[in-house]
Amino acid sequence: MNLVTTLRIAVIAGAALLVELLCRLNVITPFTMTSPSNTFVNLVHLLASGKPWPDLTFTLVNTLAAILVSVVVGFVLGVLIQRIPRLRRVVSPLLAAYYAVPTFVFYPLMIVLLGLNRLSLIAIGVTLGLIGMIVSTIDGMDRIPRVFLKTAATYRMSPVARTFLVALPAATPHLITGIKLAVTYSITGVIAGEFILSVAGLGRGIAVAYNDLDNKTMYALLALLLTSVTVVNVGIHEWERRVYARWGLR
Amino acid sequence: MSRSTRQLWFDIPAFTLTCIALWELLYLRVGPSGISSPPDTLVSIWHLFGSAPFWQNVAATGTAFAWALLIAVVGGLAIGLFLGLVPLAGDVAAPILNALASLPKITLYPVILLIFGLGIAAKIAFGTIHGIFPIVILTMNGIRTIRPVVRKTGRALRLTRAQTIRSIVLPAAMPEVFSGLRIGIGLTLFGTLIGELFASDRGIGFLLMRDMQNQDVAGITSIAVLLFAVAIAVGIILLNVDRRLHGMR
Repeated sequence: MNLVTTLRIAVIAGAALLVELLCRLNVITPFTMTSPSNTFVNLVHLLASGKPWPDLTFTLVNTLAAILVSVVVGFVLGVLIQRIPRLRRVVSPLLAAYYAVPTFVFYPLMIVLLGLNRLSLIAIGVTLGLIGMIVSTIDGMDRIPRVFLKTAATYRMSPVARTFLVALPAATPHLITGIKLAVTYSITGVIAGEFILSVAGLGRGIAVAYNDLDNKTMYALLALLLTSVTVVNVGIHEWERRVYARWGLR
Repeated sequence: MSRSTRQLWFDIPAFTLTCIALWELLYLRVGPSGISSPPDTLVSIWHLFGSAPFWQNVAATGTAFAWALLIAVVGGLAIGLFLGLVPLAGDVAAPILNALASLPKITLYPVILLIFGLGIAAKIAFGTIHGIFPIVILTMNGIRTIRPVVRKTGRALRLTRAQTIRSIVLPAAMPEVFSGLRIGIGLTLFGTLIGELFASDRGIGFLLMRDMQNQDVAGITSIAVLLFAVAIAVGIILLNVDRRLHGMR
């Protein structure tokens, strides 16, 4: 193991130990936070009891659906906007400013449109996840080497063939960035929706535990949620590393 | 007036009108229980502008946003500078930072509330944890990707560390740093507003939450439209500076 990895593990372990110590010394009281070790034990008990599984799968399925829609629709819209410079000039300030506004305040609108069910949660996840994918797709399309497109023209490819056989692979690094953004923001949207109003889900579970002052359950659920997200992110990161390696970029 | 500028004079109103038309169609489809119509929204924005409590809430959000931004910018630049200048620290921190940046921070709202309580401190904390990561990461990357020859020039001129940072590192990394700031400013506002949604008794986010609970659709719509208008106006200015720094048009 090299120095950097060792130091990195030391930093993470040190931070966890520091929090653990502060909790044990009652500098951080159990009313504020349960210690990492207790949280882990509580999580194991909670998982063994089987209670959080329906909530976890509910949230997971909604998030995956939101990510999928965001990525596919975001890619198509990104390609279209990049192709139409006039549209792009008008839309780009909107895209740049989008993430300053918590658009999930329109969650009640989604509920009116789609009902109080997973569809409105997915929709609110998409409203957040979509934009990051669009922006990254535009970036990626901008950076495709001219010669690739000329080659496509030489082969007389149709716009669809050019998009999927040339543009899509050539823009992959940027598209992965877009997918990462779509993942983070879709989760943000779905969880925000569940916090506000939902029939099930981890976000709802956390909100209920918070309102009941049940810190044990709340921190266990939070740990479960953040661990799941980190596993997904590490997976995407690994995929990204491989793509870059294949391209000889890093 | 160039042709492209003339086009823009046509395109922007056309796009705005299309958006308003779509909005009206959506209103006709869902009715006043989901979204308020464009004319109704205009009226309720007019009423908002005339009410003193609205401006008090704007001031509350502004104060929290200003503090959050100050901490995010100063802290973000300091950390980013350090991680950019010390290669080992940068190597160790980069994946940790990326992991933290991509956590959906909204999930931390109960933790922030338990630590900071209801009020301005929680809002500031929320704004800061959203805004600081892009600033740190882009500052760090900006410095780390400076072409070696530029740094070597500084060494050849025997500049001191402080001189190197001021006259070589920061100017060379400026485009990236500014992109970080631009994204950071937007996310800080997002974070502050989320903080107010879940953890506050005043501010624009609080107004949104109250309207949501009272099912005051006109209130939600008008505040959201106002927020978009402000964010886009600021966004256009920052985007233009950003493009100029990156040497585009």
